[in-house]
Amino acid sequence: MSLTLRAKRSGRVDRTKPLSFTFDGKTYRGFEGDTLASALLANGVHLMGRSFKYHRPRGVITAGSDEPNALVSVGSGARHTPNLRAPQVELYDGLVAKSQNAWPSLSFDVGAINNFLSPLFVAGFYYKTFMWPNVAWKKLYEPIIRRAAGLGTASSEPDPDHYSTRFAHCDVLVVGSGPAGLSAALSAARTGARVILCDEQAEFGGSLLSELHATVDGKPAAQWVEEAVAELKALAGTVTLLPRTQAFGYFAQNFLGLVERVTDHLATPDPKLPRDRLWQVRAKEVVIAAGAHERPMVFPDNDRPGIMLADAARTYANRYGVRPGGRAVVATAHDSAYQAALDLKAAGVSIELIADLRKEANGPLPMAARAAGIRVETGMAITGSTGRLRVNAALVSKLGTDGEEAIPCDLILMCGGWTPSVHLFSQSRGKLVFDDARQVFIPGESAQAERSAGACKGSETLAQAFEDGFAAGLDAAAKAGCAQGKATQVKLAGVLDAHGGFLGAVPHPHDAGRVKAFVDYQNDVTAKDIKLATREGMRSIEHVKRYTTTGMATDQGKLSNMNALAIAAEALGKPIPAVGLTTFRQPYTPISFGAMANHSRGDLFDPVRKTATHAWAEAQGAVFEDVGLWKRAWYFPHAGEDMHAAVLRECKTVRDSAGVFDASTLGKIEVVGPDAAEFMNILYTNPWSKLEVGRCRYGLMLNEAGFVMDDGVVGRIAEDRFHVTTTTGGAPRVLNHMEDYLQTEFPNLKVALTSTTEQYSVVAVQGPNARKIIAPLIDGIDISNEAMPHMSVRLGKICGVPTRLFRMSFTGELGFEVNVPADYGQAIWEAIWAEAQKYEACAYGTETMHVLRAEKGYIIVGQETDGTVTPNDLGLDWAIGKAKPDFVGKRSLTRPDLVKADRKQLVGLLTVEPQTVLEEGAQITLIGNPPAGTSALGHVTSSYQSAVLGRSFALAIVSAGRARMGETLYVPMPDGPIAVTVTDPVFYDKEGAKLHV
Amino acid sequence: MLLIPCPHCGNRPELEFRYAGEAHIARPADPSTTSDQEWAEYLYFRSNPKGLHIERWRHVSGCARFFNCVRDTVSDKILKTYPAGQPKPDLAELVKEAGQ
Repeated sequence: MSLTLRAKRSGRVDRTKPLSFTFDGKTYRGFEGDTLASALLANGVHLMGRSFKYHRPRGVITAGSDEPNALVSVGSGARHTPNLRAPQVELYDGLVAKSQNAWPSLSFDVGAINNFLSPLFVAGFYYKTFMWPNVAWKKLYEPIIRRAAGLGTASSEPDPDHYSTRFAHCDVLVVGSGPAGLSAALSAARTGARVILCDEQAEFGGSLLSELHATVDGKPAAQWVEEAVAELKALAGTVTLLPRTQAFGYFAQNFLGLVERVTDHLATPDPKLPRDRLWQVRAKEVVIAAGAHERPMVFPDNDRPGIMLADAARTYANRYGVRPGGRAVVATAHDSAYQAALDLKAAGVSIELIADLRKEANGPLPMAARAAGIRVETGMAITGSTGRLRVNAALVSKLGTDGEEAIPCDLILMCGGWTPSVHLFSQSRGKLVFDDARQVFIPGESAQAERSAGACKGSETLAQAFEDGFAAGLDAAAKAGCAQGKATQVKLAGVLDAHGGFLGAVPHPHDAGRVKAFVDYQNDVTAKDIKLATREGMRSIEHVKRYTTTGMATDQGKLSNMNALAIAAEALGKPIPAVGLTTFRQPYTPISFGAMANHSRGDLFDPVRKTATHAWAEAQGAVFEDVGLWKRAWYFPHAGEDMHAAVLRECKTVRDSAGVFDASTLGKIEVVGPDAAEFMNILYTNPWSKLEVGRCRYGLMLNEAGFVMDDGVVGRIAEDRFHVTTTTGGAPRVLNHMEDYLQTEFPNLKVALTSTTEQYSVVAVQGPNARKIIAPLIDGIDISNEAMPHMSVRLGKICGVPTRLFRMSFTGELGFEVNVPADYGQAIWEAIWAEAQKYEACAYGTETMHVLRAEKGYIIVGQETDGTVTPNDLGLDWAIGKAKPDFVGKRSLTRPDLVKADRKQLVGLLTVEPQTVLEEGAQITLIGNPPAGTSALGHVTSSYQSAVLGRSFALAIVSAGRARMGETLYVPMPDGPIAVTVTDPVFYDKEGAKLHV
Repeated sequence: MLLIPCPHCGNRPELEFRYAGEAHIARPADPSTTSDQEWAEYLYFRSNPKGLHIERWRHVSGCARFFNCVRDTVSDKILKTYPAGQPKPDLAELVKEAGQ
């Protein structure tokens, strides 16, 4: 299509730089400086989308980020981005845009049948329909509804772009760069304050960019903007200018989130640039200059393509040089639409009629319109529209009459007044107050160091916006501790003030039950829906909102909230402030997941911790598992082995000869100081005072409620020094717990705590041949059974490297754990491995470790325990120092609930059928097929196939389990109950003879 | 993100801290002499106020010390922080100071 719809004036669009783009596969032309919306309008395209629920054809209605209708998808493949607002999409050469929510095409959409089925889709229809049968909701209704009602689809490919983040501090953050924001930034910056000025648009200037006639200090408005921006740019040392940057959230302590769109507007962006940049700004003072939203009028069929907000049309004409139509009807209740009519007339649009809902309109603008020869009717309502894919007539009606006049047109401009954008102020937790005279909510008492300026404060005139802005900038800079600045004033000319406004639904002569007068375009909510919600008992606006979904779309109800509120208030017979306002939430406009996730994805999502032997294990073909942030070798399969076979072989090898295991991930804490033993006495259940230097003990840690929190072997290295080990996942928690008691309850104890987890590599050598394997490598330690008995620790050397050598076992076999400085971990491992091979020993992983310890009935905290298990439940009473007057958790052990006879206790389970391996977590019951609602006796905590037993076995916690030895219980499963026999939890070497060889 | 004034390090972002529950709940000097009810109250009963709350924080990614903090649970405003072991401040006094 030729560009016949361009006005004579080119506005801010550069007509020497044509661009080509496609919309739904069709190629169009635009110019540099256009948005997708302005370029489509210039090509005569109003139809840009289909509505959410009824699939009604919709055109662009605004010229900004508050657009509810013209939501499009831009880009293709991995860069396909849905739900972008066409007035915000900057045009570039080769841009590919598509409409959404229409099939097979935008002009013929099968889904539009919903429009005729609309009696089904009334407010609350999700609650009323599809209630039965229950299962059909998930399987049938929901998928169908989700497909039919929706927005664009996100790309399923990984995001190819990267995102960046910046933290920034400033004296004054100014949000919005219209007249108020620019003057605030100027007056603050002139005091030397560090200023950040952000604006969601590509250009600074806001509404001034759409001014044709206004002059500021004798200069055209656009020139004043240019000079103001140049002045700010010259202060680059202290002023940061952020165009294309959305302030999306106002958080506690003047912390604001901004997203800067860095490359979305470029045809071929530098791949080094991030797509979005997240700014986290801590501002001493904030100036909110967010402007106001023009309100639509709620009249029947107010959503046809070609119906748009009056000032948006003015922006398209003045700023982008586009004629959005040929013949326009203006429906208004505010003087500002007259300015739009005058400007559009100047751009070559024929204004057929201005229908003003007010009884009188005698302000300077209405008078100017009349003087320009435009037909102006007051006391006249717009009561409908006709047309299919584009409006072809407006229906108007004198108030109080039934007669309706159809006025042919291809454009309807509406203006119900202006709603101050109080979103950010409200997010800052400031209190809104209702201004009865002007029927708007405006900022009241501040909760944070901020002030509003201009239209978002409720100021109605351009002069007031400048005045607010300069004053706000000075005030903010002064409060931030900067120099006192000088008051500034500007001289304005060529501006006519505008007043007025109307809230709610426009009266009309039609059957209210049969027409659709849209309140919330994006969610397809009509005036009828809101009235229905109040009839059905919704009283609070929060309930009306959720029942009808008004204001719940991604536009956050920027256009709809006030009209919805007024309709609800009228239906409820209450004043507007009594009905209340819904909460404004972040983000102000949708922001990308990429900006939020930022660098935290892929390899950078979480840190990875690897032990010193990681590369060795990898080379041996180990399979790894994640334990917390650690990568641990899970098992070492030989050629042709699956996990099951590998684990059985590893288990058998350890029991027959020996195995080598990397235990480095266990937490290690050095407890040092003259009061170290006393501290250990408080933190662990065991007695420590009499533990000799060079001996070890199994330590059990409880929380104050008496439940097992952690365990581990503790070695006494010296009188005043303990080497404490913790579970792999529990290390930080245990250190925090210890520090808590040391710092806050027992600060008198002279003890220092140091995490040494990463300082030591730990090689466990377990099995009958363990001693023979390490013997040739050890210097200066007698490791004979007599000199170094089970549960002892010695200092010496291995391969010339200092070691803390523990004799201990988590397998039930003779075992040593070699602690060496982590830098030597791999070398020592390889030296031990070379010896181990002489005995056909194996390397084993965490799975084999789990099986071997379970055969011995050794617990794993977090597997046999779940935060409600006591030492007695686990049969660990022997680990409690009964003579100690106190330790953490001791008092709780005598609480009535903790001594109940039916507490769940650790037992072994053997399936009657020996090869059946129970599922961990499975419930245990008294009978095989208990009736629904029966409580389980307990659950399976560990379950494996055992090589040495030649059968399966399991550990479980079972109510009064120790009194049930030999009893048959059941584990009900989908395929039928599994019969099990309750046994002692120790399955292998009950006497512990193999530990002491 | 809150800025939390660590009494030892000054203002630091919330990310560096870990919350540690209500403050000034001292462990009984001799737990064995407490009744079940008294012990249960020590373990589990907390004031959970709407308004000023005295709570413990640990500057875990900083000086690693526990300290106490008076925070308004409605506005998230922090009125005062002070080292563990110091007495409970006069809340009425704090509110008066904050108002000025």
